[in-house]
Amino acid sequence: MEWEAVIGCEVHCELSTKTKVFCPCEVRFGAEPNTLVCPVCLGMPGTLPVLNEQALVYAMRAAHALHCTVATHTKFDRKNYFYPDLPKGYQISQYDLPLSKVGWIDIGPPDRRKRIGITRVHLEEDTGKLLHEGADGESFLDMNRCGTPLIEIVSDPDLRTPDETFDYLKELRTTLLALGISDCNMEEGSLRCEPNVSIRPKGQAAFGTKTEIKNLNSFKNVRDALVYELERQRKLIESGGKVVQETLLWDAARGVTATMRSKESAHDYRYFPEPDLPPLNLSQQFIHDVLWSLPELPAVKRERYQRELGLPYYDSDVLVQEPEVARYFEETMNAGAPAKEASNWVMGEVLREAKDRKVEVGALPVTPARLAALIALVLGGTISVQAGREVFREMAATGGDPATIVEKKGLVQISDESALQSAVERAIAAHPQAAADVRAGKEKAMGAIVGAVMKETKGRANPKLASDLVRRTLGVS
Amino acid sequence: MIRDEEVRHIAHLARLELSEPDLARAARELGSILDYVKKLEAVDTADVEPEIHAVSISNVYRKDEPRPSLPRDEALAPAPSHDDKYFRVPKVIE
Amino acid sequence: MTTAPLHRLSALAVRDAVARGEVRASDVAEDVLGRIHGLDSKVRAFLRLDEDGARASAKAVDAKVAAKKPLGRLAGVTVAVKDVLCTRGVETTCASKILRGFVPPYDAHVVERLRAEDAILVGKTNLDEFAMGSSTENSAFHVTANPWDLSRVPGGSSGGSAAAIAADFAHLALGTDTGGSIRQPAALCGMTGLKPTYGRVSRYGLIAFASSLDQIGPMTGDVRDAALLLSVIAGRDARDSTSQPAPVPDYLASIEDGVKGFRLGVPREYFPESIQPAVRDRVRDAIDVYERLGAEIVDVSLPHTDYGIAAYYIVATSEASSNLARYDGVQYGIRADGARSLVEMTSRTRTQGFGPEVTRRILLGTYCLSSGYYDAYYLKGLRIRTLLRRDFDSAFAKVDAILCPTSPIPAFKIGEKVSDPLSMYLCDVFSVTANLAGIPGISIPCGFTAERLPVGLQVLGKPLGEETILRVARAYERETDWHLQRPPLD
Ligand SMILES: [Mg+2]
Ligand SMILES: [Zn+2]
Repeated sequence: MEWEAVIGCEVHCELSTKTKVFCPCEVRFGAEPNTLVCPVCLGMPGTLPVLNEQALVYAMRAAHALHCTVATHTKFDRKNYFYPDLPKGYQISQYDLPLSKVGWIDIGPPDRRKRIGITRVHLEEDTGKLLHEGADGESFLDMNRCGTPLIEIVSDPDLRTPDETFDYLKELRTTLLALGISDCNMEEGSLRCEPNVSIRPKGQAAFGTKTEIKNLNSFKNVRDALVYELERQRKLIESGGKVVQETLLWDAARGVTATMRSKESAHDYRYFPEPDLPPLNLSQQFIHDVLWSLPELPAVKRERYQRELGLPYYDSDVLVQEPEVARYFEETMNAGAPAKEASNWVMGEVLREAKDRKVEVGALPVTPARLAALIALVLGGTISVQAGREVFREMAATGGDPATIVEKKGLVQISDESALQSAVERAIAAHPQAAADVRAGKEKAMGAIVGAVMKETKGRANPKLASDLVRRTLGVS
Repeated sequence: MIRDEEVRHIAHLARLELSEPDLARAARELGSILDYVKKLEAVDTADVEPEIHAVSISNVYRKDEPRPSLPRDEALAPAPSHDDKYFRVPKVIE
Repeated sequence: MTTAPLHRLSALAVRDAVARGEVRASDVAEDVLGRIHGLDSKVRAFLRLDEDGARASAKAVDAKVAAKKPLGRLAGVTVAVKDVLCTRGVETTCASKILRGFVPPYDAHVVERLRAEDAILVGKTNLDEFAMGSSTENSAFHVTANPWDLSRVPGGSSGGSAAAIAADFAHLALGTDTGGSIRQPAALCGMTGLKPTYGRVSRYGLIAFASSLDQIGPMTGDVRDAALLLSVIAGRDARDSTSQPAPVPDYLASIEDGVKGFRLGVPREYFPESIQPAVRDRVRDAIDVYERLGAEIVDVSLPHTDYGIAAYYIVATSEASSNLARYDGVQYGIRADGARSLVEMTSRTRTQGFGPEVTRRILLGTYCLSSGYYDAYYLKGLRIRTLLRRDFDSAFAKVDAILCPTSPIPAFKIGEKVSDPLSMYLCDVFSVTANLAGIPGISIPCGFTAERLPVGLQVLGKPLGEETILRVARAYERETDWHLQRPPLD
């Protein structure tokens, strides 16, 4: 039998506001434990929540970017359950009147483009963090994260393969990054994905029983876990078993999903309206102001790069992944570099350098204006591409400008025939066999001789001129 | 009016451990209160909106401006178990 | 200069005497603390005193007077605070074992306001655990007696504050009112208690029972002192999203203006068969006084009154079941020993920490919110609430204020109702409606029963109509001396 997977995703994304969603404690990852807490986010008796307006605006940005309808009337609800990282015994979330509903996002490259439905985007608060490394039967609790604003993005069950899910998450991340509302760092937990998955015979309309997978801290984990879980469900059903609706934990080290035993068997969250927070009546004006303040989204940018700049899809996709990279690329172009040249340099040298140094491209000492100047030197023939790379490395190390580096290092390309002629003659003398082959019409043999010229000139020879001289000297045209 | 089984479930949801006699008594007491509450069924509320808040306030916000947090020792001091950095709880058995 | 003992003066009189330099705040504090030491063993109004804090505040006031610095509106005035309000550095327990040892690192908004006006906080008063009850018998620590008859309850849940005022253990007290917890004990102890409009006073630092119903209010010896204290604590607070932005008037400004030409409504549903005849008669007498003072008495109807208790117990317990989920033995309060798992730790802590009434209400509220029952109970309760609010809206379209009894019965015997929770709940029949509708209400003494137990008259007003109900209450008070009478304690 042919099986089909049905996958939906619940994504939680921490918003990068300055303060928490309901109290004025700072939001910051990596602070000393329990130093970013106050009576409100510790849920101390008598304390009350007050909504951070910026968190609402950020959540609304996400809703707009995902083409959701933003509600003019929305409210907060309490989700009641007990866990030590949830100090009030309830999470302030949104239930029946979420901030926004019914949207979509397009995913995947042009050859497998697909529109995925978004069920809802709502605003809620994050919990603290329980660390299980304690000796003698104790866990440690750090409440710094508690009260960080979170948006929950629920997709429709439109995803059909682990690869599609990967594409979905990638596009979601890119979009949220472009909005400037989150750093979407999966390792630090600011972007968390909990897919639910079931299988059904291909062609069947009814859904199978689904399981939910937690503990996924990279996109690769998500894909691996889905591949494993789909296979597990298929084998189970084909051997006459039944899938049980449950929450599973992904064990990345062992590459398996395992049942979460200690959690509530039957959840009853007893949602009810949060009496401590008045409802929100959002004006059309406010909703539209947020919509109009959105930056150009990656999907639009990608289209524009292809249509207006003539870049291939691949380039456009790489460049829009991080807003900083797109900005760097566009500034390089604005400083005079042709689009494709700018794209090649950014995708190549710039991203490699940033990755090696583990910094954002914006933090590199090479400014877009200087990169554009470097590209101009290469295109103008002043230096070779190879020398250009060397200059780039120097620029990245010292922050100098390309012209000065080229001069200092004497990298100006040798485009003077008389200066190259003797090097060409020495190269031919050193490679008699290759010279014979070239005379016999074997083009391939040119490489060895030109290579020797380049080597002798330390890469400064104009490669085209060198080839021309070799041919002329050997008497072939 | 309310079965012991239901009270046991409710008590678990509320994280209360009731002994058998307590459970039976709770079922009796809740039953009589719920019987009393039944009188509301006589009121037709089909077209009546539920009112969550006693006053009509809306759109109350705070600016996104940080304020100093509590000194850590003050945050941890009220906890029944803590060290100099963390709250401590019995280990979660997964 | 008066000859009455300092503890016997009104807050306004104390403040003026201190400001004029006739009396030292330290002498006021010593007089009041001395009286508490002498008599609170009989009444047991306090859970704990803060004598050092009181003396320090008094000294600071005296220093200000000596330096001729501007004085706060409560300079030298002693205040007792219900132990459901957080006090920085002073244990705050809600009369519950589960919060034993909890010392908040912050003051409630109202406590900040008291300190800012140079009040002297003498201590924390007893209450029904988490303000759940109508007799103060549900305190985990001890029972408070009614100063008028020590074998009877002071009412609740702000029974400690009511008894403290009746016994002259403080000039002013703060109580909280979720379903009548200020007004009912005020009535039973023969003093003045005002529940403001929902949102008029910030709830920041008030340990929640039912968030959409809770309000903090003054409990005082007379109406003018209630106006004074309300002027101090009312107003918008950015830390409480439900606090009302309306400006705070000077509640004393128009308080003496009388009721001539006022239309005062008397709701027929508040005089049922079940009401005790002495209560009905005293309230009727009070209504006659108003007529004599030139008010027009108007018959009004609040048709959904009879459903108030049922709706109230659904809404209040539903919210309470969630508000009290935070007591899990992790961040504060007690933790049960010997648990081997988290669930066990939480369950044991809560079971050991909560008393029977709190347990009962958590169960009831959890049930009302649980899957399958939410619509039939919680939502139904909120719909009834809407109807009750509409009842008041229609009535207030015709009248300036409403006159009715505060409680259907006077103070009952300690132990009389503890075994029958429902009969205890029914005591709140005339008070819960104001909480559900969010409107203000004040209870003032209007005489005694044959057994010399105080009876309370309730004046209800429109939302933010505190000025009106204070003026109405004061008009009656001026004509009578019930508020000046004191229980035979000494
Ligand atoms: Mg907790
Ligand atoms: Zn905080």
